[in-house]
Amino acid sequence: MSASDADPLIQMQNVDKFFGDFQALKNINLEVHRGERIVVCGPSGSGKSTMIRCINRLEEHSAGRIIIDGNELTDKVKDIDAVRREVGMVFQSFNLFPHMTIAKNLMIAQQLVRKTPKGQAREIAMHYLERVKIPEQADKYPIQLSGGQQQRVAIARALCMQPEIMLFDEPTSALDPEMISEVLDVMIDLANDGMTMIVVTHEMGFARSVADRVIFMDAGEIVEEAKPEEFFDNPVHERTKLFLSQILAH
Amino acid sequence: MSFDLYLIVESVPLMLSGIGITLKLLVISAFLGLLLAILLLLMRISGKWYLDWPAQVYIYVFRGTPILVQIFIVYYGFPQFEFIRDSIFWPILREPAGCAIVALSLNTGAYVSEILRGGVLGVGKGLLEAGSALGMSARQKFIYITTPIAVRLALPAYSNDVISLLKSTALASTITIADMTGIARTIVAETYAPYEIFISMAIIYMAFTWVLQKSFGLIEGYLGRYAKREA
Ligand SMILES: Nc1ncnc2c1ncn2[C@@H]1O[C@H](COP(=O)(O)OP(=O)(O)O)[C@@H](O)[C@H]1O
Ligand SMILES: [Mg+2]
Repeated sequence: MSASDADPLIQMQNVDKFFGDFQALKNINLEVHRGERIVVCGPSGSGKSTMIRCINRLEEHSAGRIIIDGNELTDKVKDIDAVRREVGMVFQSFNLFPHMTIAKNLMIAQQLVRKTPKGQAREIAMHYLERVKIPEQADKYPIQLSGGQQQRVAIARALCMQPEIMLFDEPTSALDPEMISEVLDVMIDLANDGMTMIVVTHEMGFARSVADRVIFMDAGEIVEEAKPEEFFDNPVHERTKLFLSQILAH
Repeated sequence: MSFDLYLIVESVPLMLSGIGITLKLLVISAFLGLLLAILLLLMRISGKWYLDWPAQVYIYVFRGTPILVQIFIVYYGFPQFEFIRDSIFWPILREPAGCAIVALSLNTGAYVSEILRGGVLGVGKGLLEAGSALGMSARQKFIYITTPIAVRLALPAYSNDVISLLKSTALASTITIADMTGIARTIVAETYAPYEIFISMAIIYMAFTWVLQKSFGLIEGYLGRYAKREA
């Protein structure tokens, strides 16, 4: 069941998230339409990861509704599976399977989840490895690759599942500075292709050039939401101004 | 006291005739113990208290008592019970070797399950999240991510346990089994030459251990091939 193109691809309505007594998300409301690129920023511990992890159910929200392309996230395994098939995720720490070659990292979920035959899975894997410009690494193990290469593999691995939405949780934060741009280039390429993306990042250059909207979170709330030029040049809230002055200071 | 080299030359082949029984005790107990360990592990990580608790109690009891006592309980204690004598296990428990294997398996199973659990807990949470994000089911994650990584992590401790099991098999000689140690004890009783005999026996066990260690080293090298930077 797919909603019409006019409906938002992602809807979060009044979402709360508690860890025990601690409220990590407070009344989050967010709509993302097909092809939109959202950048999320905010201080450490403000709930950025928790918010995007609720979208593919790595965290279970405590209250409110989350609807992804017409599928509401409930306790039903079927709904969760349906959503996870549409949502790809890239982590700060890459999380490549260390005991599988690069190609196998890209093939395993295709084979197990999509039931793609091995030969075809390998073709798809090679297609996306070419897209992230490291097809020659296909038969190596993750540890033999640089951080930037590993993160590009992680992006390719998510793309192999042909997701509608890509979530990025600080994809360049664990990288040496000289490797950041090779990963951002892949993400820009993806954005230009029309992928719907939510990117948690403090790379403000990327936000300015790629984002349709920038969201600023603090203490579990969405404090400010604006187009990049407004967000950077005329932030409304004091907390946003303070954050931007700290980020841009170094 | 003189050291009788001739006696060593004469008795080593005799002791080696017990190697078959020692090997049998080791291989069968290691195998059954591993199966038991996997079962206990699954109970421990099931997340269900009514499976977890019995497994914990079992592990506590078998790690908290001497293996020799466990062997004695199985060998001297079990036959006292009518229902055991009537059970299908009686043909096994009637034989000393059967008792030794049962006791050794029950004991090593408790240790190995904890070793395996250590491996499972060592698998990075992030890898399992990556699996979930890719849509893999809990079962698929366990088979394709947790198991291979946990096995590699657990292998060094597991090889230690197998080596220690080898030496525990010597305790079988206390219940009339003619394994290498049993034969050595008989020879000592006949010749009154404990030094020669027990030292040669120690050397045989060390050689055996060396073979085990080398074999596990090869397996570790193979399973760890992906963890080294140079290919
Ligand atoms: N599994 C968890 N258990 C308890 N508290 C958590 C857990 N995950 C996150 N938190 C808390 O929720 C808050 C938000 O975390 P997070 O979403 O990771 O922030 P951010 O990604 O913005 O740095 C933090 O205070 C963090 O300590
Ligand atoms: Mg975070």
